Amino acid sequence: MSTIVMLPDQQTASLPKRSYLNEEYGLKSWLLTGDHKRIAILYLISITIFFFIGGFFAGMIRLELLTPPSDLMAADTYNKMFTMHGIIMVFLFLVPSVPATIGNFLIPIMVGAKDLAFPKINLLSWYLYVLGGILVLAALTLGGVDTGWTFTTPLSTHYLNTHVITAGLAIFVAGFSSIFTGLNFIVTIHRMRAPGMTWFRLPLFVWSHYAASVLMVLGTPVLAITLVLVILERVIGIGVFDPAKGGDPLLFQHLFWFYSHPAVYIMILPGFGVISEVISTFSRKRVFGYTAVAFSSVAIAVFGFFVWAHHMFIMGVSNYSALVFSLLTMLVAVPSAIKIFNWSFTLYKGSITFETPMLYAFGFIGLFTIGGLTGVFLGSMGMDIHLTETYFIVAHFHFVMVGGMLMAFLAGIHFWWPKMTGRMYPEGISKLAALTTFIGFNLTFFPQFILGYLGMPRRYAAYPPEFQVLNVLSTAGATVLGVGYVLPLLYLAWSLKYGKIAGSNPWQATGLEWQIQSPPLTTNFVETPVVDYEAYDYEWLANKTKHEVQTVG
Amino acid sequence: MSEETHAQEILDTEPTHHEEHIVGPRVYGIIFGLLMLFTAITVGASYIDMYAFNAVVALAIACIKAVLVILFFMHVKYSSRLTKLTVAAGFFTFVVLITMTMTDYISRAWGLW
Amino acid sequence: MDSQVIATHPEEHAEHEHSPYLRHHFANLEQQRETSTFGMWLFLLTEIMFFGGLFCAYLIYRNWYYPAFVAGSHQLSIALGATNTAVLICSSFTMAMAVYSSEMRWRKALVGWLLATIVLGGVFLGIKAVEYREKWEKRHVPGLNFSAAGFTHQDPNYPEDKPLAPDMAEKTQVYFSLYFAMTGMHALHMIIGVSILIILVIRAWGGAYTQGHMTTVENFGLYWHFVDIVWIFLFPLLYLISRHQ
Ligand SMILES: [Cu+2]
Repeated sequence: MSTIVMLPDQQTASLPKRSYLNEEYGLKSWLLTGDHKRIAILYLISITIFFFIGGFFAGMIRLELLTPPSDLMAADTYNKMFTMHGIIMVFLFLVPSVPATIGNFLIPIMVGAKDLAFPKINLLSWYLYVLGGILVLAALTLGGVDTGWTFTTPLSTHYLNTHVITAGLAIFVAGFSSIFTGLNFIVTIHRMRAPGMTWFRLPLFVWSHYAASVLMVLGTPVLAITLVLVILERVIGIGVFDPAKGGDPLLFQHLFWFYSHPAVYIMILPGFGVISEVISTFSRKRVFGYTAVAFSSVAIAVFGFFVWAHHMFIMGVSNYSALVFSLLTMLVAVPSAIKIFNWSFTLYKGSITFETPMLYAFGFIGLFTIGGLTGVFLGSMGMDIHLTETYFIVAHFHFVMVGGMLMAFLAGIHFWWPKMTGRMYPEGISKLAALTTFIGFNLTFFPQFILGYLGMPRRYAAYPPEFQVLNVLSTAGATVLGVGYVLPLLYLAWSLKYGKIAGSNPWQATGLEWQIQSPPLTTNFVETPVVDYEAYDYEWLANKTKHEVQTVG
Repeated sequence: MSEETHAQEILDTEPTHHEEHIVGPRVYGIIFGLLMLFTAITVGASYIDMYAFNAVVALAIACIKAVLVILFFMHVKYSSRLTKLTVAAGFFTFVVLITMTMTDYISRAWGLW
Repeated sequence: MDSQVIATHPEEHAEHEHSPYLRHHFANLEQQRETSTFGMWLFLLTEIMFFGGLFCAYLIYRNWYYPAFVAGSHQLSIALGATNTAVLICSSFTMAMAVYSSEMRWRKALVGWLLATIVLGGVFLGIKAVEYREKWEKRHVPGLNFSAAGFTHQDPNYPEDKPLAPDMAEKTQVYFSLYFAMTGMHALHMIIGVSILIILVIRAWGGAYTQGHMTTVENFGLYWHFVDIVWIFLFPLLYLISRHQ
């Protein structure tokens, strides 16, 4: 079933003389670069900054919830805390996390191209992201926003004096950043593939990014126009969502969730791609049911547009419509389940090793499964009416987003770190970090399922004293989780200078990106590659290696 | 397996380049004339009382005009299948937005009176 | 598994290899052209969804407040609206001819057709400004100076229109909100389009698009036609509601 590949000794590997990192020097060469790999690094730095800002707010929330009364901060300050946490984490971290960093770095290499189709637009989307980030920070320093990340009307348009417009503009701008990233990916995958790189030879990472890009391109503009209408309503008082003037606030919800449900898949699909690569590599087996996994990504993208009103069951939508949306929500669970089953079958009889990316991937599978299944609870109407707007839903989407997506992001960062930097991360401490993250995560969010089931509502600074034990557990877990996230920051920075030199293919993986030097040349390939093997073909790699060893020796 | 290879064939024979087709002034002129004609018709039609069909006629004419622009001015008639698919995907998602939203609005009052 | 070569045909297009327009990461000009056109279409896809949200809102409120939409629509000038439709169709024609001139490598014709497009775009925006001004004077701008007073009694221009009940008259505000949001977004796209056209004319005068590299003009043409299509729908939806009443 699995093929063990023996590579020449990596200990003798040395850093290549020329690479994208030392092609040019100076700040200007980075800020005006067209190289997708450098833009990926720019993104990596900026999303890391915003992740820790968003994480700071999460810490403040958990600290406030340590005790039942709202004693650490005033209730409206608390509102601002969770709003800023949500906005920053969703729009400035999760949406660009894997696609704009790892995807940006790898997609051109995986399809065998020198760069993305539109390098300048790629740079533009980074600048748009930064502009969006600056606007969020402006809203923050001017006094914050307290609408929640959902900008619910008429609360956001009429009843609040905080900086809704600035935050709305920020998301509008950051939205276009993600549209342009998605557009670039789609065009690149269609038009820039190397000779022989057929659709069904593409790594699953590329398929899942393709599906996520379709959602970015089709969903984000609806959010953009919705935010424009909210801003217009706030600034000049037009009457599209204002019930006093005849507008329907529920229309805002429809338009907002038309984007924001698919946005969940924008966030998670790239993570699926990472997991496919990692699971296959560390089981030394082709992903079981390649075609099913590939098409399930596309199916998720299509079905993702049909289920949004499950966020609106208690808002007064028609019962009949809610029924339809509830049924469709059950359907959308199928392609995700297909992926989980296929990954499990990939592990079966594989030669599994437990490197750090694999540990994160295991964490992903377990936690995403819990997050996904509780999503099915919430998608069924009867349960939803009891559980929505409680901590159950908070726990559910943190299992998907943090337990799922953040684990996938860390898996990907560790997996491709040798490719991006040419150096290995320290294996021992990174395993410890993976374990810390997993324990901290479960301690933080599992109690929240129980809290929510018992009826503790979300978005309040105070709660009844009988909920305190579980809340203390959750806050303690958040502390552990925080340590789990700071550790990689430290040792990855350390490894930039002191890490072992990785060599071109430390994992004995099959993707095109592992057949070139690490870190890669600015043009990725010395000459356009001609692809004559399937994705995850470890036999091919073994033969290639044998051949190389023979010619070298 | 056969179905799989069929899908692969469809995806993999996606043409990279289509025949360079230059649309000439004659076609543009005809389309221009048709668009003007349909504009006149749609204005005229709005003055005739057709009950519920006024909106249908107005939209049908607008759709015809849009299709003419897309096919000829925007060269989609002569473009690759990928371009056609892209246009279709756009309209499909738009229709999803409209219809799925309308499932709420048409049935919101059902059973409540 | 077939191993058909899909993406590149370097040997066929060897003569293009040294074209000054070929960017380094493309194999040949053919691929570069296809790529940028596809990118433009994807951008238009996002535009469809951008306007799609507005059309969705329009559909709902038109069904809810039909009498208010009829009354509001009757306040628009059908002559100005129809003229503007004709102007935009003309500009689409001149833009199509500009693309044709670029393909035929006629520099002066290209400049001429682009200038004609700018003028027509300017005329459209001018007429739109006149209409907006009239709306302001009639106190029909939601939020800023809106007054439903005009809709609660008989309009002499439409003797068959019954005056609206006060609560329905208030709903004309929804109609005008959508009117300004939709035509405003459209006008914004026109302003962007005209600005780009000015740059294109200057560069076309220098011969940039008549030496075999016309992708920019072609792609801009797609944008311009798309904006035209949006108007083709806006015109009947906003101006032509029940004119027979
Ligand atoms: Cu959802």
